[in-house]
Amino acid sequence: MPLAKRIIPCLDVTAGRVVKGVNFVGLRDAGDPVEIAKKYDAQGADELTFLDITASSDDRDLILHVIDAVASQVFIPLTVGGGVRKVDDVRRLLNAGADKVSINTTAVSNPEVVEAAASRFGSQAIVVAIDAKAVDDTNTRWEIFTHGGRRPTGLDAVEWAVRMQQLGAGEILLTSMDRDGTKIGFNLPLTRAVSDAVDIPVIASGGVGNLQHLVDGVIDGHADAVLAASIFHFGEYTVRQAKEAMQRAGIEVRL
Amino acid sequence: MEKIAIVDYGMGNLHSVTKAFELVAEGRADVVLTADPAVVAAADKVVFPGQGAMPDCMRHLDESGLKAEVLKAASERPFLGICVGAQLLFARSEEGPTESLGVFPGEVVRFPPEKMHDAAGHKLKVPHMGWNEMFVKHAHPLWKGIADGERFYFVHSYHFAGADDIAVIESAYPYRFAAAVARDNIFAIQCHPEKSAGAGLQLLKNFVGWDGRQ
Repeated sequence: MPLAKRIIPCLDVTAGRVVKGVNFVGLRDAGDPVEIAKKYDAQGADELTFLDITASSDDRDLILHVIDAVASQVFIPLTVGGGVRKVDDVRRLLNAGADKVSINTTAVSNPEVVEAAASRFGSQAIVVAIDAKAVDDTNTRWEIFTHGGRRPTGLDAVEWAVRMQQLGAGEILLTSMDRDGTKIGFNLPLTRAVSDAVDIPVIASGGVGNLQHLVDGVIDGHADAVLAASIFHFGEYTVRQAKEAMQRAGIEVRL
Repeated sequence: MEKIAIVDYGMGNLHSVTKAFELVAEGRADVVLTADPAVVAAADKVVFPGQGAMPDCMRHLDESGLKAEVLKAASERPFLGICVGAQLLFARSEEGPTESLGVFPGEVVRFPPEKMHDAAGHKLKVPHMGWNEMFVKHAHPLWKGIADGERFYFVHSYHFAGADDIAVIESAYPYRFAAAVARDNIFAIQCHPEKSAGAGLQLLKNFVGWDGRQ
């Protein structure tokens, strides 16, 4: 099957700069978004995801300049998420050069925004981001959390993914809250349960610490794409090394 | 200087296609994003993009007053259809009852659910999203410098059908389908060259230098 599984570096952006967390506390300036995007493009990244973590609403529009600048020089698909509340937020990000907009908390509080945005801009432009956590030690049921993983919703992650597909989402970005930042690998049962339940592509996220984790996400987790941040940001691995590891494992990649 | 018009009829993100053309034109052509029929009429080459649902695109095109000039350009000047812009050139689509432009005789069909699995029986997702291989069926000047089997970025749920006689590039998901069709001065491609890194930019660059002959 020749469609390649995708590798997607994720960049956190605040106030127009890319930042990276060190030991989950401080944020360190990691540089100019355009330069970093170009670097990943040159390494063979299949897409880029920008997560706007700007806290102040005053600085929110800065992400538009970042996307505009990146989209003017890097010609691979760009997804932007973080703080998307209204259909008009989606419109502004797409006009700035984003190809897809990721909706997270708002998808739970106002699912009609997902439906309206998909209907207006097409499903191909709408990603629903799901942050899920296992409800107990059996790791067989997962609950959705919003507001950066702080607020439980009582919603079942698998059922929710199916509902988002019905409302018009074109893709699911699935983050395992249990694994995020742990570097012990994706939550594979969660990833597989969601990916098998929907007909749209699923991006696995949360927990990548080495290249075998990416392989596992595709082979055992049935993910269509894998997203990672720190293993690429801190120079542990290049995207190309990640793709070579996936290819050695028999996964179709774009090299 | 030669003028390339990118037709803006209110459907989708034209930022990248405009920026990509500006980059590859390298001062050899003037790239204009326009909703003005007179600008399309005066352009030497026309790019016809499109995103979202095909019936919406057709409705926007009808309402924009650009349809006549788009059809005229397709009949006489180098013309590049991208994604839904390419789909609109066919006679009809399963996506809606709306009649399309009918420049090409075939139709646009949805990936059928019963066929969406690979040889091992694994489910294949729709939309067909990501980088897939492009195989040359008939050599075309716009594919110059692009390797056979090169990957381009796709995102679509519908594809060209009944287009065997005009298919120039094929892809497979899981079966072979026409990924690009061409006839005379028209080249129409399902995937997104403006999002396909170096190979995609090469295609756009070839279009800038194309005289419209096969």
